[in-house]
Amino acid sequence: MTDHVEIRPGAYADSVSLLQVSRDVAAVPGVVAAQVAMATPLNLEVLDGMGFAIPDSTPNDMVVALRLAEPDALDPALAAVAAALAATGRRTDDSERSVPPRTTRSALRGTDADLVLVSVPGQYAFVEAMDALDAGRDVMVFSDNVPLAQEVALKRVAADRGLLVMGPDCGTAMVGGVGLGFANTTAPGPVGIVAASGTGCQQLMCLLDSAGVGVAAALGVGGHDLGDEVGGLSTRTALQRLDQDPAVEYIVVVSKPPAAAVAAEIEKLAESLSTPVGFALLGPGRPDLTAAAEQVLAALGIDTPQWPTWGTTNSVVEQVAPFETVAERPPQDRQQPSSRPPSESGLIRGLFVGGTLASEAAQIMGSSAEHTVVDFGDDALTQGRAHPMIDPTLRLDHLARAAADPDTAVLLLDVVLGHGAEPDPAAALAPAIEQVRKEHGLPVVTSCVGTESDPQGLTRQAERLAAAGAEVYLSNAAATRRAIELAGASK
Amino acid sequence: MSGIVTAGADLFAQALTDQAVPVTRVDWQPPMPGTADDLIAVAADPLRTDANEKAAAAMLAVQATLVDVAPASEVLGLERGQFLHAGPPIEWERASGPLRGALMGAAALEGLVADPEEAAGLFGAGDLSLEPCHHHGTVGPMAGVVSPSMWMFVLEDQASGRRTYCSLNEGLGKVLRYGAYSPDVLERLRWMSSTLGPLLATAVQRVGPVDVTGILAQMLQMGDEAHNRNRAGTLMLLRDLAPALVETAVESGFDAGFNNREVAQALSFIGGNDHFFLNLAMPACKLALDAARDIPGSTMVVAMARNGTDFGIQVSGTGDEWFTGPAQLADGLFLGDYGPEDANPDIGDSAITETAGIGGFAMATAPAIVRFVGGTVPDALATTRRMHEITLTENSRWAIPVLDFAGTPTGIDVTAVCRTGILPQINTGMAGKQAGVGQVGAGLVTPPAEIFPKALAALAQQSATRLPGTERTVAP
Repeated sequence: MTDHVEIRPGAYADSVSLLQVSRDVAAVPGVVAAQVAMATPLNLEVLDGMGFAIPDSTPNDMVVALRLAEPDALDPALAAVAAALAATGRRTDDSERSVPPRTTRSALRGTDADLVLVSVPGQYAFVEAMDALDAGRDVMVFSDNVPLAQEVALKRVAADRGLLVMGPDCGTAMVGGVGLGFANTTAPGPVGIVAASGTGCQQLMCLLDSAGVGVAAALGVGGHDLGDEVGGLSTRTALQRLDQDPAVEYIVVVSKPPAAAVAAEIEKLAESLSTPVGFALLGPGRPDLTAAAEQVLAALGIDTPQWPTWGTTNSVVEQVAPFETVAERPPQDRQQPSSRPPSESGLIRGLFVGGTLASEAAQIMGSSAEHTVVDFGDDALTQGRAHPMIDPTLRLDHLARAAADPDTAVLLLDVVLGHGAEPDPAAALAPAIEQVRKEHGLPVVTSCVGTESDPQGLTRQAERLAAAGAEVYLSNAAATRRAIELAGASK
Repeated sequence: MSGIVTAGADLFAQALTDQAVPVTRVDWQPPMPGTADDLIAVAADPLRTDANEKAAAAMLAVQATLVDVAPASEVLGLERGQFLHAGPPIEWERASGPLRGALMGAAALEGLVADPEEAAGLFGAGDLSLEPCHHHGTVGPMAGVVSPSMWMFVLEDQASGRRTYCSLNEGLGKVLRYGAYSPDVLERLRWMSSTLGPLLATAVQRVGPVDVTGILAQMLQMGDEAHNRNRAGTLMLLRDLAPALVETAVESGFDAGFNNREVAQALSFIGGNDHFFLNLAMPACKLALDAARDIPGSTMVVAMARNGTDFGIQVSGTGDEWFTGPAQLADGLFLGDYGPEDANPDIGDSAITETAGIGGFAMATAPAIVRFVGGTVPDALATTRRMHEITLTENSRWAIPVLDFAGTPTGIDVTAVCRTGILPQINTGMAGKQAGVGQVGAGLVTPPAEIFPKALAALAQQSATRLPGTERTVAP
């Protein structure tokens, strides 16, 4: 076994691409482990954890770390690194330019694009977003870890110029029928959404889609927009934009409760619009996202359907197309784990990729029991790595650990589908669930937020997760309540 | 949705392509180390966009005309013992070989010493005054040494009355500006002062202002990039001045009273020196860039200049401050037996051409010289395209046929350099590092990278003062 470590100063690729590179290279015969990453403190920790000795480097350097079964494997491994790196970059859909634009500003010079999507690391996002505003374009800032003062500065400039800043930390949006960031595919329809929460917006859109109601536009504003500092600058612009959109018949604002001073102003603005505005304000003791979806349906005069589930006693799937494995393993089995005695503490371990879904679950659980909910999409856990909806590794690692904890009675998960998310989340998650079920006999409950039109396909994903032994719900709130029920039963 | 620009994770760009949306992907990379916070401060400066628009517009509006040719003593008020040089300020002790050689030659030319070798002592003792050309509205190629008796081109922007100056070009090889000071070098300079200068002066007076900006536009479509190739421009100037030069001699009793032989000498000197027009291109560029100086908040570079030791830039928003770093060695081809070990680091004010958007920035239009400056034709096209990434605008007057008449990339933006790490590409001649040697080659060079973050830091400091009530935005 030999290690090969090299620092490549000045080489850069985004963390998502490098993740793919690392995977491709690790698959080369003779390569035991491979990590190609920017030398950020977090990645250095990961490399250190893998047992690689890394020479001095800066976060702008690329590290290529290879563990080889034989020294002979080095050449093919390095060739694979080069090929994989080459494959990540420059796709020539803008073939007229032989020199790719290096800044948002120069990219905007050569195009009539009407929107900019910024997802560079947070400390660099302000400058790229400002380029968009300087060129009179709306901008969606997917990047997180953008300081609040910078958010305020951006949004003030945008407000002065009648432009919209979505984000920072804006996970999803739908503009002109196009999904941006993590985006579910839904049919066009009468609902306009202003969302301060990414996965909250996705849950709402997917529930509405399941009820046959489409969305005209979903504008993200970022989680801080309705706080005192930002004062709802983007929410105001978004509300006005949706009010002017003839396709929008009903506007819903999905957010944590706004700061008191901001709430009054936003409500006043909402009253002045010609389109009715409903507020789905999330938080302890408030209606959950599913209740918010039902509220929208009620406002549109549409009956609430039964929200779909898979692998449960009342599963829609069972009625339509009974699934073999479900029949083999009746749900009762899952309530009585066979391979180890029931957990005495009856704790739910919630391992989430969606921030709003995680906090919704925590709120429904309340503070009465010592259940834990981890949001792997939290700013602190995404520094220097891709979002868990793209890179499942971190959660998968924790899944096994949480399952091995004797205090764990139920595992509660979420799966978020759509553009931008993993192409096939069930591919890695289903085997992990199967293993948890087999080794520990633990019940696993998961939400699966998606639509049939999503690239991954809601039913396809949900059925695979159910086949692995999970109970699957479209509604995260319903999944959480089911987990509470199971945890209670395990005591 | 007519299209989306994406900067960051390729995945989201792909997701948009999958939805059949036209996507322009930014090939984003982290900025130069240590610049992230300053870039944010400058991006937040409320003056920046307007200031840069104003700077670019002012630069593009300038129309440079040759209005006069006259001695430096007259038009610059230079006195005996006063010398100008290329680049940022420097003292004799730190001066490079070619700059010293040129100063020694100029001291002999002015009669301060009989033998150039004796001049070193006078300069070393600080008895003679050294100042940058740029501080006197002047630019000088290579060593750029100007002394009182040298004749200067006088360029004027007629709308504003602003003027700039440059000495007359001596040709290639063993010449003062490359640090040579042998007797034949000084003899040529004396002839230029006694005959060429006065002849040109009468010719210019006779034909009236010569449109230098107009010649620049035409020569760029004739294979010149106006830094290392000035052949077409030189011939066009000759075309404009030749009749007047001849008439000067024909009209007997004309004030200057030149004979036919002297006029023929002047014509063949100009026609035989492919770089003659460089000394008009440079002050034309400076005249344009001077119009963009001193605009608060502007991040545009208004001068790039080298003295053979330091490379310095000046930026519109930071006044006369020079941001300097070590001048680099050019990469290129060498004359005769000379090699890299003979070359002096980069020298001269001629990078004013790149600052204004020609020279290396217009490389695409000069395929004839790409080999001389060490490249291929595709390199040349790519260089000009790449420079668009670091410039504020393009100069539509300077259109490049092979790039579908796109204007040359113009107005270097300090923030864009820091964001992309792309350095301005400069075409340059190479001087021998020993005083007295002269030219040893020509090639490509870039400024030292660190001067751009230095300039950015100064701009950021000023931006911060314009944002009262907001704490400086600092990334975690």
